[in-house]
Amino acid sequence: MPTLDRNEVARVAALARIDLTDAELDRLADELQVIVASVEKVSEVATPDVPATSHPLPLVNTMRADVPEAPLAIADVLAGAPESEDGKFLVPQILGEDA
Amino acid sequence: MSAELPRRSAAELAALLASGETSSVELTQAHLDRIAAVDDAVAAFLHVDAEGALAAAAETDRRRAAGEELPELAGVPIAVKDVVVTKGLPTTAGSKILEGWVPPYDATLVERLRAAGLPILGKTNMDEFAMGSSTEFSAYGPTRNPWDLERIPGGSGGGSAAAVAAFEAPLAIGTDTGGSIRQPGAVTGTVGAKPTYGGISRYGLIAMASSLDQAGPVTRTVLDAALLHELIGGHDPRDATSLPDPLGPLAAAAREGATGELKGVRVGVVAELGGEGYQSGVRDRFAESIELLRGAGAEIVEVHCPSFEYALAAYYLIMPAEASSNLAKFDGMRFGLRVEPSDGPVTAERVMAATRGAGFGDEVKRRVILGTYALSAGYYDAYYGSAQKVRTLIQRDLATAFTQADVLVSPTAPTTAFRFGEKLDDPLAMYLNDVATIPANLAGIPGISVPNGLAEDGLPTGFQVLAPAREDARVYRVAAALETLLESTWGGSILDRAPELEVAP
Amino acid sequence: MTETTTALVPYEDATTRYDTVIGIEVHVELGTRSKMFCPAPAVFGEEANTSVSPVSLGLPGALPVVNEAAVEYAIRIGLALNCEIAETCRFARKNYFYPDIPKNYQISQYDEPIAHDGWLDVELEDGTVFRVEIERAHLEEDAGKNTHVGGSAGRIHGAEYSLVDYNRAGIPLVEIVTRPITGAGERAPEVARAYVQTLRDIFRALEVSEARMERGNVRADVNVSLRPAPDAPFGTRTETKNVNSFRSIERAVRFEVSRQAAVLDAGGSVTQETRHFHEDTGETTSGRVKSDSEDYRYFPEPDLVPLAPSREWVEEIRASLPELPAARRRRLQSEWGFADSQMRDVVNAGALDIIVETVAAGAPPAAARKWWMGELARTANERGVALAELPVTPAHVAELQSLVDAGRINDKLARQALEGVLAGEGTPSQVVESRGLEVVSDDGALLAAVDEALAAQPDVVEKIRSGNQGPVGAIIGAVMKATRGQADAARVRELVLQRVGEG
Repeated sequence: MPTLDRNEVARVAALARIDLTDAELDRLADELQVIVASVEKVSEVATPDVPATSHPLPLVNTMRADVPEAPLAIADVLAGAPESEDGKFLVPQILGEDA
Repeated sequence: MSAELPRRSAAELAALLASGETSSVELTQAHLDRIAAVDDAVAAFLHVDAEGALAAAAETDRRRAAGEELPELAGVPIAVKDVVVTKGLPTTAGSKILEGWVPPYDATLVERLRAAGLPILGKTNMDEFAMGSSTEFSAYGPTRNPWDLERIPGGSGGGSAAAVAAFEAPLAIGTDTGGSIRQPGAVTGTVGAKPTYGGISRYGLIAMASSLDQAGPVTRTVLDAALLHELIGGHDPRDATSLPDPLGPLAAAAREGATGELKGVRVGVVAELGGEGYQSGVRDRFAESIELLRGAGAEIVEVHCPSFEYALAAYYLIMPAEASSNLAKFDGMRFGLRVEPSDGPVTAERVMAATRGAGFGDEVKRRVILGTYALSAGYYDAYYGSAQKVRTLIQRDLATAFTQADVLVSPTAPTTAFRFGEKLDDPLAMYLNDVATIPANLAGIPGISVPNGLAEDGLPTGFQVLAPAREDARVYRVAAALETLLESTWGGSILDRAPELEVAP
Repeated sequence: MTETTTALVPYEDATTRYDTVIGIEVHVELGTRSKMFCPAPAVFGEEANTSVSPVSLGLPGALPVVNEAAVEYAIRIGLALNCEIAETCRFARKNYFYPDIPKNYQISQYDEPIAHDGWLDVELEDGTVFRVEIERAHLEEDAGKNTHVGGSAGRIHGAEYSLVDYNRAGIPLVEIVTRPITGAGERAPEVARAYVQTLRDIFRALEVSEARMERGNVRADVNVSLRPAPDAPFGTRTETKNVNSFRSIERAVRFEVSRQAAVLDAGGSVTQETRHFHEDTGETTSGRVKSDSEDYRYFPEPDLVPLAPSREWVEEIRASLPELPAARRRRLQSEWGFADSQMRDVVNAGALDIIVETVAAGAPPAAARKWWMGELARTANERGVALAELPVTPAHVAELQSLVDAGRINDKLARQALEGVLAGEGTPSQVVESRGLEVVSDDGALLAAVDEALAAQPDVVEKIRSGNQGPVGAIIGAVMKATRGQADAARVRELVLQRVGEG
């Protein structure tokens, strides 16, 4: 079974967009290894003949009619914005932005 | 009269309001006074909205005076866990990343509370993003157990449970993903219920694990919980997972149970829950409760749910996985904290990572990384995929068990309230607090914790009742019966035995 | 990062040595009134962020609920593409961080699309029919819009940033994915273009979208790969985005074939990447390299319950589908009795609907085609406008033809009348009246003209009498000239022969 070692934690933290200090990386790697080892046992009983349950209660087809409602007022939309300009959310430059 | 009001149950207060012996404003003020007196010590509240609560109280009094027909709980003040979105009131989910964030909309359950005229006293403390079993992971400091201020009040909803246990509010809203309503209930001597999945709308609940989260009542009595559940529950078209069926008569079931008569009810004791690893006082109180139920006419049977052995593991894969996705929106772009990296280019990607690194606490980081890992390419089948299969097995075991019993019971939590810091070094030890409560979330069935005594250490223990999906009434009936039986042996409520809190000068 | 001179192999040369395989992903914005997962209006104005709800803004606590109309539209599209409609399907989260998707995940469908395993017959300009196999069509939500601000030269702290507008976030999309399209060979660019055009026509016929590529209602990503021979395994493919018009699709495929051939010829290997198409140069350039953003960590969307469209509902939708463009063309061709090439010309000229209207106004199909594809097409060309923009209506053309059929005007006069209509002088009847274009039908007047012409050429009479029919044409010509073309030539001939026969 693959282990969640320091390198792997670093890779996953990048995927999850969370900056970690070196100390955090070390500690997390240890803690997560232990947790992962303990949860690995689910695969013992998760045999191919057992279907997965993604939704606890078997509801289907919940939909809404295509009726528009009043949107949020622009003041409310931008109220929490760290930065905004011209009614839009101002975000730092996005790397890899298609020109 | 005012000083005593906070000691009453919500149902009693409702009666006083209906008869005109008190007003909602008087009631609300009495609770605000109590909060001012004890919350420095308890730290149950992150935000108190005196002005808003009194205004709402005045409005309810006006409506009542005008002869408007009001719901039973109208005018009774309530506290709301800070994971529930409240328009105009800061909502932090116990995290720094949402410090000062004021939502522009109300959760559906909050809309229902406001429409029914319940004044909202404020927002209660919690483990950050509902991840924890002790409220020690709140970014704003812990809440203290009113029974012993050096001990945890449970989590993640420790604030709501402590507020109710300390008589700061007669009612509170909690949320339960793996036991976050029930376990605090058990360790604070209060009542906490988790509805059938979909029974109460999740619209406006800051999501942790979408397929497990449910809001629910936190109270001092079973009847109060049933009344609150009825008020806020029921179908919500804005929550696609909310049940279309009507709730069923829950308060009536509680009143029926309160007669203490359980003839014909089959009570299943889950063999896998309550044995080794459970504190002796917890087991003793549980055994005594079983005897009481037997005396009331219930048939006691033993049931087996072998897949419960894997429940904790499955939970700690499903929950972090869903949470890792639900917490992705906290990135400093549209709301909340934004932190720029201290050196290097300031790009969106780097700001996101710096914000989340600074804004998330340790437990949140643990779970988000674990969850991201469990979903990532190559690991899905072994982890998340397998955990979803365990869910199926748990549902099957419960289906079988419910052919043998009408309700299933267990101790709510393995131990009484532990001391601060006792379990912080070992995440797994912390996770074990939820071992009895987790199966209900995985299966989507309803559960309640009702106080059933004090352990050898003088601290409260809880008794858990579970029922099949959509049979929430059964849970209230049996819990109410036990409550009646216990209180008659105690000569009053368990909270009568809680130490008096020192009142701030 | 910009390539200096891209090596290219001439297209025709490349296709003799490599077999082209393409794949096309089309996203269509559905024309619903509200968004895919929330009731914020799907139609909005210029002002940014004025059409968002807590759900489409991705605020904490908000939950999605499926728009029933979007599901119906998706089923319509699936049926029109001859797909199986899933008995049950779930939504899934596609997790990645990007400021234009508010939740940092997109709700889409992963391994359970609502429609799958279909096909679409695509007609190329020369009439060849090419079958494109459709792998799947699924529902998902659109992202917001980023506007990049600041200079692109040098990354100065604070000098560059983006502005985000979430109006478009949450608009319903259907994504249609083809199976690898093989066997098109050197016609691959045409096939790609025709496929997207055909889809566009279908979307409009189904009324599920305005389907304007230039407005971004329809977006196409084109995958291209080369292999040394049709039986060789697939080569490495590139994906080209930002292809904003039908013509661009064709150009992008051509360019990629040329470029990849050059890479392979030089012994290199094609990099699997996303490329960007440039309208001005017709070239593609390397875009953002997809590294770990490929790990989308798909899992079933827990906030939405599965969709299980009943077979009754699907059949109801199927029964309500309008006639699709290809079927309509076949039906019309059969009704009108046009040859394949004639029909093709009509379709390629965009004259189909206008001829339908002209026939509806009473004209025989052949006549309608003659006028629109002849005189009027020429005029439209000269003026640089579309047929529909000419000041001539289908009703006019039908009226004109009815005048001809009634014998009141002949073909030549009809053309003159048409000129008059084009000049704004009125309806054909009015122009015939005002210009005096009516055919002379009075035998008396015609005989007079015949006599005059015969008198002017006396030797002709003898020639005709002795069996030489040739000079009859000369007499007819003279009469036509004398009557300014307003005589019915056939009647004149009759009268000439009659006169001559009278001795």
